[in-house]
Amino acid sequence: MRKLAIEAYGLVKRYGEVTALDGVDLAVEAGTVIGVLGPNGAGKTTAVRILATLLRPDAGSAAVLGHDVIHAGHQVRQLIGLAGQHASVDEDLTGRHNLTMVGRLLGLSRRDTAARAAELLAEFGLTVAADRPVKTYSGGMRRRLDLAASLVNRPRVVFLDEPTTGLDPVARGALWDRIRALVAEGTTVLLTTQYLEEADALADDIVLFDHGRVAARGTPTQLKRRLGTQTLDLRLADPARLDDAAALVATVVGQLPARLGERLSAPVADGAMMPAVVRRLDDAGVEIAELALHLPSLDDVFRALTTTKEEAPA
Amino acid sequence: MNGVNQCLTLTWRGIVKLRRHPAALADVVFGPAIFLVLFVYVFGGAISGSTRDYLQFVLPGMLGLMTLLATMGVGVALNQDIEKGVFDRIRSLPTLRIAPLVGAIGGDVVRQVVAIVALLGFGLALGFRFTTGPLPVLAACALALGFALALSWVWVLLGLALPNAQAVQGLGAVIIFPLSFASNIFVPTDTMPGWLAAFVEVNPVRHLMDALRGLMLGGPVARPVLITLLWMAGFVAVFAPLALAAYRRRSLTS
Repeated sequence: MRKLAIEAYGLVKRYGEVTALDGVDLAVEAGTVIGVLGPNGAGKTTAVRILATLLRPDAGSAAVLGHDVIHAGHQVRQLIGLAGQHASVDEDLTGRHNLTMVGRLLGLSRRDTAARAAELLAEFGLTVAADRPVKTYSGGMRRRLDLAASLVNRPRVVFLDEPTTGLDPVARGALWDRIRALVAEGTTVLLTTQYLEEADALADDIVLFDHGRVAARGTPTQLKRRLGTQTLDLRLADPARLDDAAALVATVVGQLPARLGERLSAPVADGAMMPAVVRRLDDAGVEIAELALHLPSLDDVFRALTTTKEEAPA
Repeated sequence: MNGVNQCLTLTWRGIVKLRRHPAALADVVFGPAIFLVLFVYVFGGAISGSTRDYLQFVLPGMLGLMTLLATMGVGVALNQDIEKGVFDRIRSLPTLRIAPLVGAIGGDVVRQVVAIVALLGFGLALGFRFTTGPLPVLAACALALGFALALSWVWVLLGLALPNAQAVQGLGAVIIFPLSFASNIFVPTDTMPGWLAAFVEVNPVRHLMDALRGLMLGGPVARPVLITLLWMAGFVAVFAPLALAAYRRRSLTS
């Protein structure tokens, strides 16, 4: 087993009557990306704040690179970077001043701070805007600066709390690229997100939070597989033969496929049914234009495994 | 040494913000000037018989009023840092735990110094004359600044404890207005009714005022300065621990 970069055991945090975290365990191997996924209020931010030493848990323990977050907070803070919703940049300062402030707070010399700030500004495509106040930045630029500010001390573990919430697809893609580059350098990343697509695109492992508990965990593929059924989609070269094809598919999968326009869609219990369908259609001389086997989307998993507050049983 | 550097860095941040923020700077520089002009030329003649006499009376008062008003900025700035996430950014770095608090106060000291220089400069331009010497005047500025620093802990506590900047400002006005108006900042207290005079008697601002006037215009200073210093010690002794406790509740140890 590889070394654990982040570990947490039975984390509990209450705010008055509200239980934000209700016994959460986490184990993240060094050099991997974990996606903490969940709806608003699931406890994602609370977990990040505890791991980043900003909040004391009511029960349980956690460590980052072997340092206890409660008793060795100072060591933890030397190894981590935090960006996102709740750790932010100063809007009245320029981008460069924000990075300078962080560098000087980290104890870097004036010269090293200036060099590191320039390097990060270039890396994050902010050189042109470097000397403008942050309040004139677009949402995407602000988030990039935010991420850059968390990387001044070249942290080994980075916490990103909903880093792309509210960004347009282009800005999100740009941020994803930066996160991937970070991971390629060996940084461990814990990323919270409401977007399944984001977890699917970036995370090696996903932990699904719901009402302060871990509702499911696994690789994106494993989670999708938990829903069992896959879907076979096919389109014919000659739409006139759709009825014939539907009947033939039904003999293999055991039920009549749904017709979606000119496509047929049928649930299949196991992947081996696909070649059987192909053979049957081929024998009957029905030409297939397009054929695909889909795992359920993470959205399906998300809906199946989480309950919104309103729907939750009292 | 690192801790000192961190506090200086956060104070630097306050200076940069002030420099880059013309509105805030104008507030600090022209706020006291506008107050001074209004009071001197609107009320001055009626209160003292001549605007010139009133300027002599009220300028030290303005210095005291400013220290009261300006300290509110500490609470507001701290609260905004918390709300906007800058506070958490700083706290997620391996900094001294208390650095964000010291930084907020440090940034405010810079603002206060600018404001004091602006006020005195403006007062001199209008015809105010010190009747003591440079050393007592410097001592008066130092005392006003020290009083502001001691009072800052009240605002640190409110900034940490209250939900938003508006609440800090709202409660601040409720505290500051009685303290400043029910004192000898603007007028001599002889004509006030007994119950109000009794409040003025225990109002710490009154002793600060006596000390500032003594240092700038002459008169007894030993007793009012001593009482003011005791009040300052009292503010720090009561509110610094409370503010630190509120801060600790929001954060971790170590």
